[in-house]
Amino acid sequence: METQPLLYFEHDADIGVIGRGTTVEQAFESAAQAVFAIITPLGAVQPKTTVAIEFEEDDRELALVIWLNLLLGRARELGMIFSRFRLQCNGSNWIGEASGEKWNDSLERGVEVKGATLTMLSVKQTGMVWEARCVVDV
Amino acid sequence: MDLSQLRQLQPYLWTLPRQPDEKRAEVLLYGSAPLLGSMDDKVLEQISNVAALPGLVGAAMTMPDAHWGYGFPIGGVAAFDAQKGGIISAGGVGFDISCGIRCLRSNLNVAEALPEFGRLAETLFRDIPAGVGEEGHIKLNPAQIDQVLQEGAHWAVKEGYGNATDLEYIEERGRVNGAVPAYVSDLAKKRQRGEMGTLGSGNHYLEIQAIERIYDNEAASAFGLREGQIVISIHCGSRGLGHQIGTDYLVMLAKAAARLGIHLPNRELACAPIQSAEGQQYIGAMNAGINCALANRQILTHLARTAFTKVYPKADLETLFDVSHNTCKVETHEIEGKPRLLHVHRKGATRAFGPGHPTLPERYRAAGQPVVIGGSMGTGSYILAGNRANPAFSSASHGAGRAMSRHQSLARWHGRQLVDELALQGILIRTRSMRGVAEEAPGAYKDVDLVAEATEQAGLARRVAFLRPKVCVKG
Repeated sequence: METQPLLYFEHDADIGVIGRGTTVEQAFESAAQAVFAIITPLGAVQPKTTVAIEFEEDDRELALVIWLNLLLGRARELGMIFSRFRLQCNGSNWIGEASGEKWNDSLERGVEVKGATLTMLSVKQTGMVWEARCVVDV
Repeated sequence: MDLSQLRQLQPYLWTLPRQPDEKRAEVLLYGSAPLLGSMDDKVLEQISNVAALPGLVGAAMTMPDAHWGYGFPIGGVAAFDAQKGGIISAGGVGFDISCGIRCLRSNLNVAEALPEFGRLAETLFRDIPAGVGEEGHIKLNPAQIDQVLQEGAHWAVKEGYGNATDLEYIEERGRVNGAVPAYVSDLAKKRQRGEMGTLGSGNHYLEIQAIERIYDNEAASAFGLREGQIVISIHCGSRGLGHQIGTDYLVMLAKAAARLGIHLPNRELACAPIQSAEGQQYIGAMNAGINCALANRQILTHLARTAFTKVYPKADLETLFDVSHNTCKVETHEIEGKPRLLHVHRKGATRAFGPGHPTLPERYRAAGQPVVIGGSMGTGSYILAGNRANPAFSSASHGAGRAMSRHQSLARWHGRQLVDELALQGILIRTRSMRGVAEEAPGAYKDVDLVAEATEQAGLARRVAFLRPKVCVKG
């Protein structure tokens, strides 16, 4: 995917993330970048290892939350940080992958993201642009 | 928040009048006019939505430190009756299940400890795993994880982290009943393999504090506190396991609510009836998360003790109390003169049992439960005592409460600059994340003095001691 500017919106205690793209999948990939950029600046993360992500969900909004939470869960399980994301949707079947590397001392530490929430959750198309947004708990 | 839409019932108690067609229970907001005035309108929207949930008993309430959360507002309290269709909500507990504060009292005075604060800060920073990406020294296999989820802090003590006396001064004596590890996903358990005994990041901390002022001599005596004494506060929760339980069940409960025909004013309130299969599964998993948090803080207590004795060989750290502020607990409360068993959600709110409560340790039974209001790293914290006549299902404030978003903080402050400024004030910060420090800038929080005062004036708890930060290990 093309590198998109990282987009956020205001929330008192946590952080609102926004992903945009010409497809819903691109919007989800962009939202994932916004989430992982809270944890560390992504420019320094090498895409050394790729992890597959797959799930079933026919509700687009819940799919965003599931996508982001699967990424966060897998990253923590594997002790990794992801910086590149790919996603394809066929009906209710979502198949994606995330690439990154193991945590190491060369990476600047930001803030841990606990999970994506249903707060301010929306996935919608305006003109040619898809936008996906929700609040993540930090 | 626009106060003109509220009606003031008492100096520190407000309500939002219901519109004629509005089907919701009463909303009560505790706090002073300046505190409420500084809150986002979203707090009011979220607590009004909570008041519309099925089976709510009494009012949906916010504490004086409330701010905009997800699902419930942070600082939200709501009790539900399972027999009346009451619900359990993952958003009413939070992702960091059983996040809370372990408070330790020491036998050290600030004057004698001060010369070694620098070495203490370095030792704690080296010995306490903190920050994003940091793993702990303890690696657990799946069977051990299940034991932690069943046994809580008892597991940690059995493994040599701390002592049996600690357990007396933890809520539920260090272990909640009703934990069902089978309801916790494999991914949640895998995430926890290397995270026992870790502090985390964000607003989590381990702080060395000096008691600067005693407000209530009798309670302070019961709590073993005196001016000049060094106290340690450990703020953290159930780590990756709790976060994964939260994420797993948020979507599941959202679907359950739709399937069971529960009208949700907003999807973020994802919930299910307590007596439903989904509700029971979440409760079993949440209780497992609570036990995980209690074990985690017990291990961190042990690590803090070990670090202290490296610097102060005669240091003795006793557990003052361990209290969670992201939970749903089954408690008996008197409603209209009759005892009722309720599921009390406290999302960013502390339980505050009053004097005489049978679950309190004997030592505190006359004074009431110790309550901790954790402030920012640059201002201070308070220890309070629960009141017998607490009007909010025995709940009180849990912290200063954010007054500014994280992005506003990042735009205004730089981590390095804050660390240097605080050092000039005699507060040593050790962190692996300067971004984290900037987001947690003291100026990003409400005035903790106002929160503590409002908590007392509202009758929720009474101030016992004010603690000034000296060393803070941030995630």
